[in-house]
Amino acid sequence: MRPTLFHGLVRLLLALCLAAGASAHALTPADALALVDGDTDVRIDTLNKLAAEPDEKASALIKAMAEEAVRLQGERVLIVVDDAAVDAVTGEKLPLPDDAGDVMINNRLRSAMDSALAGMELVGAAPERQREAARTLQRSAFEEPDISQLALIDKALAGNLDAQARQNLELAQAAVLLASVDPAQRLAAAQKLGEAKQPIVRPLLLQQMEKETDTGVKAALADSLKGIDRMLALGNTLAQAFTGISLGSILLLAALGLAITYGLMGVINMAHGELIMIGAYATWLVQVFFRQSLPEYFDWYLLAALPIAFTASALVGAAMERSVIRFLYGRPLETLLATWGISLVLMQAVRSLFGAQNVGVENPSWMSGGVTFLGNLNLPWNRIIIIGFAVAVLVGVTLMITKTRLGLFVRGVTQNRPIASCMGVNTARIDTYAFALGSGIAGLAGCALSQIGNVGPDLGQSYIVDSFMVVVLGGVGQIAGTVYAALGLGLLNKFIEGWAGAVLAKIAVLVFIIIFIQKRPQGIFAMKGRSAEA
Amino acid sequence: MSTTPNVPVAVSLPQPGPLLTRTGWSAFVVALLVVCAVAPLLNLFVPEGSVFHLSDYMVGLLGKIMCYAICALAMDLIWGYTGILSLGHGLFFALGGYVMGMYLMRQIGLDGNYKSELPDFMVFLDWKELPWHWALSDSFIATLLLIVLVPGVVAFVFGYFAFRSRIKGVYFSIITQALTFAALLLFFRNETGFGGNNGFTDFKRILGIPLATPGMRMTLFVITGLTLLGFFLWARWLVNSKFGRVLQAVRDAESRVMFCGYNPLPYKLTIWTVSAVMCGIAGALYVPQVGIINPGEMSTANSIEIAIWAAVGGRATLIGPIVGAFIVNGAKSWLTVSFPEYWLYFLGVLFIVVTLFMPQGVVGLVKKLRGHKGGQA
Repeated sequence: MRPTLFHGLVRLLLALCLAAGASAHALTPADALALVDGDTDVRIDTLNKLAAEPDEKASALIKAMAEEAVRLQGERVLIVVDDAAVDAVTGEKLPLPDDAGDVMINNRLRSAMDSALAGMELVGAAPERQREAARTLQRSAFEEPDISQLALIDKALAGNLDAQARQNLELAQAAVLLASVDPAQRLAAAQKLGEAKQPIVRPLLLQQMEKETDTGVKAALADSLKGIDRMLALGNTLAQAFTGISLGSILLLAALGLAITYGLMGVINMAHGELIMIGAYATWLVQVFFRQSLPEYFDWYLLAALPIAFTASALVGAAMERSVIRFLYGRPLETLLATWGISLVLMQAVRSLFGAQNVGVENPSWMSGGVTFLGNLNLPWNRIIIIGFAVAVLVGVTLMITKTRLGLFVRGVTQNRPIASCMGVNTARIDTYAFALGSGIAGLAGCALSQIGNVGPDLGQSYIVDSFMVVVLGGVGQIAGTVYAALGLGLLNKFIEGWAGAVLAKIAVLVFIIIFIQKRPQGIFAMKGRSAEA
Repeated sequence: MSTTPNVPVAVSLPQPGPLLTRTGWSAFVVALLVVCAVAPLLNLFVPEGSVFHLSDYMVGLLGKIMCYAICALAMDLIWGYTGILSLGHGLFFALGGYVMGMYLMRQIGLDGNYKSELPDFMVFLDWKELPWHWALSDSFIATLLLIVLVPGVVAFVFGYFAFRSRIKGVYFSIITQALTFAALLLFFRNETGFGGNNGFTDFKRILGIPLATPGMRMTLFVITGLTLLGFFLWARWLVNSKFGRVLQAVRDAESRVMFCGYNPLPYKLTIWTVSAVMCGIAGALYVPQVGIINPGEMSTANSIEIAIWAAVGGRATLIGPIVGAFIVNGAKSWLTVSFPEYWLYFLGVLFIVVTLFMPQGVVGLVKKLRGHKGGQA
């Protein structure tokens, strides 16, 4: 449909003449015409007018328009029903004429239509429906505030409403009233919007701030803006703190295994990252198995993957300890080189077995999505769960080291190998167990990391520098230092990232560690006694 | 053994041995001849079809490996003789390479893809003028100075703080690794002005002479060879000197050296800086021969590989690292072409086997075999 200027003028005149005389309750041909064709502002006004006091035909027309089932033939507005057409004003049925043209609907009109439909639905609908409709109305009022929506909103507010829907509608009302000619109304609207403390209100208030002339309203606007900005800043800080803690929990998981193998046993294990990778690949294999054989339990594959990832990495770790590392105790630099060699072999083995490409690990459905606080603070479930998981692993490791017999032996061997041996501890076996435990924890880390990042042969490489930084910063010999260092580094990294970008943050953190080590070469928590010098 | 006080005791230190034995000198002269005369002859004057012809590919490969051998020698000085394992020598290598690369980028002049005074990547980033750190890149003399100064100063400052707070052993290794990693991230950034991900490449000429000619290739080869042989002799002299013996004492028992009244800091710092400068020079020789420098040279793996060259050949022998660099890199260029999927297995197993069974490296093995023979004879 290409409306000519003449067409448009005629229609506008017609609409104006008829609108004056016609009753507001019945759909007139002029209203119908003004709704479907012509100037967008006029169409929206007509739409809101009709929606505020809808009769059956008007609401049928608006609904049909939303479904793009309206055609225009000359000046006759037709609604397409199946293959036939119904005259929107008279209700007369007729075959769909060939020369009937489509009705143009732009985005502005579409959002006005959505809110009009929502407003029409509000009255007397079920509470959920009401809430949803009120949300739609509020969104459209915030995005495209139009004083013509007021009648619709007022009418809906006058009716029986669900409490939450009422809240949304009142906000929508305030947004619309912000453009009112009456300063008192504007003032009330500005205050109301300020109380709502929703980030979405901000551009609206800013816009009004620019053109506002009344000083009282201006002050109210400024107050409201300040309140919202404060809340946004708080949300931002909390979001940063959350991502920092999240990163910290990931670092903690990656470093906890090292805290045992390096921190307690003093073995530099450059293949630690590859043990993480093996855990991630084990998770992937379990996922593939579940998808093929047990698709109905797919959501729970992760639970099955945890022990498998732990076992896979622990076995590889035990094999490493038995075959290579035990010959190198007391020669840390040689251990470093040999384990680097092991890491190359493991990486290439995974590449040969599963290909050099990343494999896809899917989140189970209960880990996707997230919760939102304060308007702009979005916390994804997988991050929350990983934080919880890191805490659980930490507690488990701590209990194991402090409360169990194995833990006692590990501590004994660490502190004084000959005496432990004299007491009848099989130190060589304890070494293997401890190393396997550290490796298994790396496997658990891999299982968790597979949920938030890419799983590929190079996975381990990206964590190895970070995990060593955590252990070095935390100080060798205990686990508490590792925890503080992981959380500290995570938070520091994310807060610097906030104003300097990810790469510079990383560089800054590395430089910070280098400087910190100058001041405290033994880490945050120095071991006391003779072993500190070793 | 006991001496009465107040009587001065003439302490006679064992005199250092000769720089090289007779066989050593003959081998050195042979190497010198091979580098300066035989290789150029075989490459430039023997016709291509002949069995004695040294192909351009081999010249490039050998030149590259000789650069690596300089790195291995530098690593041996700091690790083999002083007991400090650096995982950051890739950084110094890359720094030297980048200084050279900047000069070579400027030498492209107006012949780049965009016909601009600025290097192509800066035109691509829409920069209007050279950043400050490119100011001296136009001058060859300044470039030569910077090749020494940049790695030297970085190493000196880092080493000063690290050694002063007595960071030792594995800690030092990990910290150097972190330093290299931070630099890697920095050089990957486009806005630091080092060509980002792609680094520098497409070099055209050096000192106005086109790079891609057989003559230029041979010249670079000879210069690299002479540098390697020169460094070898110099390192030989250094480890035989009193300074070198203090280094070995620091390696074997640092506390005891301190109790004897030595401050190990200047010794460690000097050898650390010298070693870094050697790596920088190797990098600067490497770049025009290979034709590219990018942040990949600073990866963790590269630095550790330098250590394995030294370990394979034999630590604390000076010929060992050179032999090791040739063995490992020879194997690398053969395996990555013939059996690419086995190269990492080979390298990984090499790391393990050398640390477990060959702590003295190939040179140690050869010595042992000779010793056995001698014993039987």
